[in-house]
Amino acid sequence: MALKKKDHLELYRQMVLIRRVEERSAELYQAGKIGGFLHLYIGQEAVSTGIVSVRQPQDRIITAYRDHGVALNVGISAKAVIAELLGKETGVSKGRGGSMHMADVEKNFWGGHAIVGAHLPIAAGMALGDQYEGRDGVTICMFGDGATNIGFFHEGVNLSKVWNLPVLWLCENNQYGMGTAVDRASAVEQIHMKAEGYGIPHSRLEDGMDIMKVREAVGAALDHIRSGKGPYFLEVMTYRFQGHSMGDPQRYREKDEVTKWEKSDPIGIYHRYIVGDKIAAKADLDKIEEAVEVEVNEAIEFAEASPDPGFDTLYDYMYASKE
Amino acid sequence: MAIITMRQAISDALWEEMERDPKVFIMGQEVGVWGGTYAVTKGFLDHFGEKRVRDTPIAESAIVGAGIGASMVGLRPVSEIMTINFAFVAMDYIVNEAPKMHTMFGGQMSVPLVIRTAGGGGRQLGATHSQTPDAIFAHFPGLKVVSPGTPADAKGLLKAAIRDNDPVLFIEHAAMYQIRGEVPEGDYTTPIGVSKVQREGDAVTIVTYCKGLQLSMAAAEQLSAEGIEVEIVDLRSLRPLDMGPALESFKKTNRAVIVEEGWPSYGVGAEVATRLYEAAFDYADAPIKRVAQKEVPLPYNAALEQFALPQVDDVVAAVKEVL
Repeated sequence: MALKKKDHLELYRQMVLIRRVEERSAELYQAGKIGGFLHLYIGQEAVSTGIVSVRQPQDRIITAYRDHGVALNVGISAKAVIAELLGKETGVSKGRGGSMHMADVEKNFWGGHAIVGAHLPIAAGMALGDQYEGRDGVTICMFGDGATNIGFFHEGVNLSKVWNLPVLWLCENNQYGMGTAVDRASAVEQIHMKAEGYGIPHSRLEDGMDIMKVREAVGAALDHIRSGKGPYFLEVMTYRFQGHSMGDPQRYREKDEVTKWEKSDPIGIYHRYIVGDKIAAKADLDKIEEAVEVEVNEAIEFAEASPDPGFDTLYDYMYASKE
Repeated sequence: MAIITMRQAISDALWEEMERDPKVFIMGQEVGVWGGTYAVTKGFLDHFGEKRVRDTPIAESAIVGAGIGASMVGLRPVSEIMTINFAFVAMDYIVNEAPKMHTMFGGQMSVPLVIRTAGGGGRQLGATHSQTPDAIFAHFPGLKVVSPGTPADAKGLLKAAIRDNDPVLFIEHAAMYQIRGEVPEGDYTTPIGVSKVQREGDAVTIVTYCKGLQLSMAAAEQLSAEGIEVEIVDLRSLRPLDMGPALESFKKTNRAVIVEEGWPSYGVGAEVATRLYEAAFDYADAPIKRVAQKEVPLPYNAALEQFALPQVDDVVAAVKEVL
C-alpha cells in the first residue's frame, strides 16, 4: 500500500502531535495539574504510528499503560487526551481512567491497561470473539519487553496458538522494564525467541525508529495472520528518551546512551526521509509543526476550562446492567 | 415442580442458556471431553461442539482473562475455574480487571462474563483445596458475587448471571451437587442481589447462604422439635447485598445468628452483623452470634476437618445462646 504525499504528511503530523502532547504533558505534570503516574511515549512515536497506519478498521488494538501515542494515532483528539490527563469529565474516559487508561471503543482501541502483562490474555479473548463470530479482524496487542517475564504473557501467548487466534503479539522493546535492562530481567535478550517455544512464527525489527520499516513489518505480520495462519509475534526495537515515568532519576543508564539514541529520533528520521525523497518540502513540515502547536495549545485550554466530574456521578459507571 | 439435584439444575441452566443464545459458550479445564470435573457439562461437547464447549490449558489467568476479552467484544462466556482455590492464580482478572473495565473507561466497555467455580470444605482435600473465601471476592465493587443454596436458586441465578451485563462470580459448593430440591418448570430467572426468606419463624433470625442454608435448615428441624421456630434468610447474593429481608426479620425476632462456612474474621457474618447493628441496634435483645469455620487452614484428617467446619449442632447451640 503505497503512501501518497498527504498520507505521509498525516503520519508526520501524528508523530509530531504525540511528541508535542507529551512534552506539554510533562510541563502540566510538573505544574501539578496532572496527578498519578505519567508515562511518556517520546522516542517511540514511529512504533504506534506505524502500527495504527497499517491496520484495517476491523483490527482491534490494545496496549499497556504507555498509551497516549496509540490514543492520538487512532484519532482521539488532543483535547480528549489532555482532558483525561487532567481528570476532566470531557476526557476520553470521563476522568475515570487517567493517563494509563485511555480507550475509544468506537475507534477499535481497547485501552490502556496498567497491570503489566495482564492485557495479553484479554487480547486473546478479543481475538477469540472475532474468530467465534467469523470476522476477519486481527487483535493487535502491544506490550513492553518487561511484560514478557510475567506469567500472564505465557498463558496468553500459549492459548493464542492452541486456539489459532488472530492476534498480533507486538513487543515494543524499549530495552528497560522500568529501570531494569532487558538482559537483567529476561532469560533471552531476543524477546521474540520466546514465541519459538509456543510454535508461533516470530521476527525482530531492529530499527523501530523508522516508521517505514515499522509499517512494512507490521503489514507483513497482519497479512500472515489474516490469511488464517494464526498468531504472529513481532518484536520492535525502540527506545524511550524520557524516564519510565515522570520523576524517574534514570540512575540505570548513562547519558551517552540516551544521546546516542536521540540521534536516531524517529521524527528526525522521518523528516529526513520526507524531505530527502522530495515527498514534501521542509516548509510543508514546518507548517504541520505550527498547526500542531496551535492544536495542543487549544487542547490545553479546552482541558483546563472543562469541568471536573460531578460528585453526583461517582457511581454512574459501576454496573453496565440497568436496574 | 420437578425434584432434581443441584448438579442437574446447574447443568440445565447452562444448557438452556446455550440453546437460547448462540453467543453463550463455556470454557475451562475439562469442561468438554471429560464432561466437567463435577459432571455438570456431561454431554455438552457432543451437542454444542468444540467451538462452544472449550477445553482450556490449566491456566486460570487465561481462562478468566480470555473470558473478559471475549465478553468485551460481544460474547457471553462462562469461564469455569475448577475450584475457587484456583481462583487465586486468576485473582487479578477476577478482582482487578473484570470489575474495573466498565467504570474505568467511563462506561465504554462492559464485561458480561460469568465465572463459575466451586468452593467449600469437608472432602478431605487438604488446606489448599478446601476453602470458602467468598468474602474476599465480595469485597470488590463492580463484581457481582452469588452463591445459591438450593437447586431452584442455582438454576435461576445462573440464568440471570449469564444474561447480566456485568461480571458475576458464581460460587457453587463442591459438596452440594447431590442435594435435591424442587425446581420450577420452564424458563425463569432468579434476580441477583435479592435475599429470600427460606423458612418462616419468630424466635431467632438466621442469616446464611449456600452450604450454611443446608446446616440452618437441619438445625431448624431440631429446634422446631423443641418448640423453637427460627426464621432463615438466604442471602443468595453477597454483592450486591440485599439486607431487606434480614433486617425485617431481625426487627421481628430481635435476635440473630449468622451462619457461613468461611472464616469469621472479616467475613460475611462480620458484614451482616455490622449492618444489622447499624440499621437496627435498638431492636437487638441479645448480641448477634456468628457460626463459622475455626480459624485454621483445614486439615486432611476427616474428623479433624469436620471439627473445624461449622456443624448443625453449632447452629443449634448458637440459636439457644441468643434466646
